[in-house]
Amino acid sequence: MSHDLDEQRILETAVLRALVPQGDRRRKFLRAVGVSSAGAALASFFPLGALTAMAQQKAKPERAELKIGFIPITCATPLIMADPLGFYREQGLKVSLIKTAGWALIRDKMLNKEHDASHFLSPMPLAISMGLGSAQQPMRVMTVQNINGQAITLHVKHKDKRDPKEWKGFRFAVPFDYSMHNFLLRYYVAEHGLDPDTDIQIRVTPPPEMVANLRAGNIDGYLGPDPFNQRAVYDEVGFIHLLSKELWNGHPCCAFGTSEAFIKENPNTFAALFRAVLSAARMAREPRNRPLIAKVISPPNYLNQPETVVEQVLTGKFADGLGNVKNVPDRADFDPFPWQSMAVWILTQMKRWGYVKGDVNYQQIAEQVFLVTDARKYMAELEMKAPASSYARVRIMGKEFDPSEPEKYLASFAVKKAV
Amino acid sequence: MSGKALSLAAALLSLLFLGIFLAIWHVATVPKAQSQAPVDEYAKLLGKGAKQAEGFPTLAQLGEAAAVQLTDPFYDRGANDKGIGIQLGHSLARVGAGYALAILFAVPLGFLIGMSPLLYRALNPYIQLLKPISPLAWMPIALYTIRDSSISGVFVIFICSVWPMLINTAFGVASVRRDWLNVARTLEVRPLRKAFAVILPAAAPTILTGMRISIGIAWLVIVAAEMLVGGTGIGYFVWNEWNNLNLTNVIFAILVIGVVGMVLDFLIGRLQAAVTYVE
Repeated sequence: MSHDLDEQRILETAVLRALVPQGDRRRKFLRAVGVSSAGAALASFFPLGALTAMAQQKAKPERAELKIGFIPITCATPLIMADPLGFYREQGLKVSLIKTAGWALIRDKMLNKEHDASHFLSPMPLAISMGLGSAQQPMRVMTVQNINGQAITLHVKHKDKRDPKEWKGFRFAVPFDYSMHNFLLRYYVAEHGLDPDTDIQIRVTPPPEMVANLRAGNIDGYLGPDPFNQRAVYDEVGFIHLLSKELWNGHPCCAFGTSEAFIKENPNTFAALFRAVLSAARMAREPRNRPLIAKVISPPNYLNQPETVVEQVLTGKFADGLGNVKNVPDRADFDPFPWQSMAVWILTQMKRWGYVKGDVNYQQIAEQVFLVTDARKYMAELEMKAPASSYARVRIMGKEFDPSEPEKYLASFAVKKAV
Repeated sequence: MSGKALSLAAALLSLLFLGIFLAIWHVATVPKAQSQAPVDEYAKLLGKGAKQAEGFPTLAQLGEAAAVQLTDPFYDRGANDKGIGIQLGHSLARVGAGYALAILFAVPLGFLIGMSPLLYRALNPYIQLLKPISPLAWMPIALYTIRDSSISGVFVIFICSVWPMLINTAFGVASVRRDWLNVARTLEVRPLRKAFAVILPAAAPTILTGMRISIGIAWLVIVAAEMLVGGTGIGYFVWNEWNNLNLTNVIFAILVIGVVGMVLDFLIGRLQAAVTYVE
C-alpha cells in the first residue's frame, strides 16, 4: 500500500511541477496550503486517479533487450523511426533493429524465436497462424504499419504500354506470395481481363533486389514497396505507372506483430512495444514531420537510401519518371488501426488464388490474428482516435467489398483460380 | 634466363598488365562533359547535380571509397552499419568455426576410410552423391532444422569444406607406399603408433592439399551465404551496398574479399610446404 501512496505522491509532484515550474513559487504554494491539501486541490481539477492507474499499468517490461526484424522499406517507417527518435527508449526498451534479407527469412527468424517481434507483410501473420507456407505457429498483428505507399513500376522501355491489356507475357516481381503486393497486382490485372497465373508471370523477389533486376531486364515491372519505386525513377530505369492508393485508397500493407507465445510470456514488454510503435505512428501521420523522418531513416543503418528518394515517398511530392512532378500528400500514410475487415479481404484473396483451399472461417481467423481490442486500448491511452467498429466496407477499383459476406464477394469475381 | 631475371621480368609484366587494366577502366569511365541543362525541379528530384556517381565508378571514386572505408574500418553505427573490419571479422569467425569443425570431422573419418578398403567402397557412393551439391542448397534445410541463422551459416561452411578434406585424407592414407607399411609390420609397430608415426606423415601433404582446396571453397561460399541470411559479414556488406546500388563500395568489397582469400590460401600453402618431404 505504501508503495502506491509513494507513486501517488510522485505523480502529484510531477503535475505540480508542470503547473508551477518555478521552484520557489511552488515551494511557497506548498508551504501556504500544506502538502496534502495541495494534493487534494490538484485532484479536484486533475484526473489524478486515472493518471495513477496509467502509471501503474506501465509496469517494468519483463525483458528490456529485444531484437526486431525489418526489411529496409518505407512501409516500416514507424518501427524504424522509433529507434533513432527514442520511442523504444521512452518505454524502457533497448531494441536492436535487425535488417533482414527477405520475407522468407523474416518468417523463419520469427518461427525460430531469433527475433522477438517483427515487421511483417500484413498477410503473413494470417498465413503463419494457418500454417500456410510454413510450420503453423500463432502470430499476431499488433498494428498495421502503413497504408497506401506502394506502386506499380514499369521499365522505361514500356512507357507507351500503359494499358494492362498489353501486358501479356510480362514478368512482374512481388515481394512475397503472402503479400498485399501479390494480391493487389493479381486483382488489378484480373480486373483488366488478364489471368495472373497464365497471362503474366509473377515471381518473388526481395524488395531491395527489385531495382537491380529491373535494370538488368530480368523483369518488366513490379508492384513493390517504396522507396524502390521511387529509386527506380531516381536511377532512370523505371517509371511509376500507378500508385497503389489508386487501386484501394487506404489499403493496409505491412504490419507490426509478434507471436502469441511472446505476448503470453511478456505482457508488459508487449504493452511497452505497443505504446512505442503507436507513438511513432502518431508522429509519422503528421505531414509536417515527414522530412525529419526521411532524414533519420535514410542512413546506412536503416534504409541505406539517398535522402531525397525517401523524402519524395513520404512527402508525396515526387518525380514520376515520365517527366512530371506530382503532388500526392496521401501517397503514403501510417494509420495503425488493424481493421479486421482488412484481414477478411486478405483471406478472400488467398482463397481466390488457391493459397488456401476448402472452407475458411474468415471472421474467426481475422479476430484471432488482428488484435483490435489491444490496439484500441493502447490508442486510447495515447489519446489517438480509434474507430468504434472493427469492420468497414471499402471500395477497391470501384467494386464494393462487404466484410460480412466474404463468400458472396468471392463468387462475384470472373477471374479466379479454378478449384 | 636465370631465376632472378625471370621473376623480375614476371613482376614487370604483372605491373604492365595492371597498368593496361587501369588505363582501360579510366578511359571507359572518364566523366563525360555534363550538358549544362538548367536544373529544374524535376531534375532536382532525380538528384541531378547532387548525385555522386552516374554509372560505373571511376578510379578516383573507388580510391575515395577505399580511403573512407580503410581510415575507419572498425566503426559501429548500430546493428546494420558496421565498418569493413568488423564485417571481415564476422566472416572470418564463421569460416573459422565451420572449417575447424570440418577438420575435426573429415580428417579422422578420412583416416578410417583410407585404412579400410571395405569402408572406402561402402561410403564412396554417398560421398560422390553429396559432394557436388551446392552448399547453398543446404541453407533452407539448415535454417529449418537448426533454427538459427548464424549457426546455419557455419553449417554451410562445414558442409562445403568437408568433402575435399575427406576425399583427400582417404586418398592420402590409402596410397601410403606398401613398402613403408611392410617395414612397420616387420618391426611389429602397434596400430596406433603406425597411424601417427608412419601413415600420418606420409599422407600429410595430400591432406593439406584437401585443406587448401577447402579453405578456398569456404571463402567463396561465405560471401554468398551471408548475402542470403544477412545480418553481419562481408557478404552482408556487399548485399547492403548493392541494395543502395552503390557499385563503388561493392567493387571495393570485392577487392577486399580477393585479398583475404589470397592470404588464407597463402597461409595454408605455407603449412603445406612445411609438411612436404622429398623422397
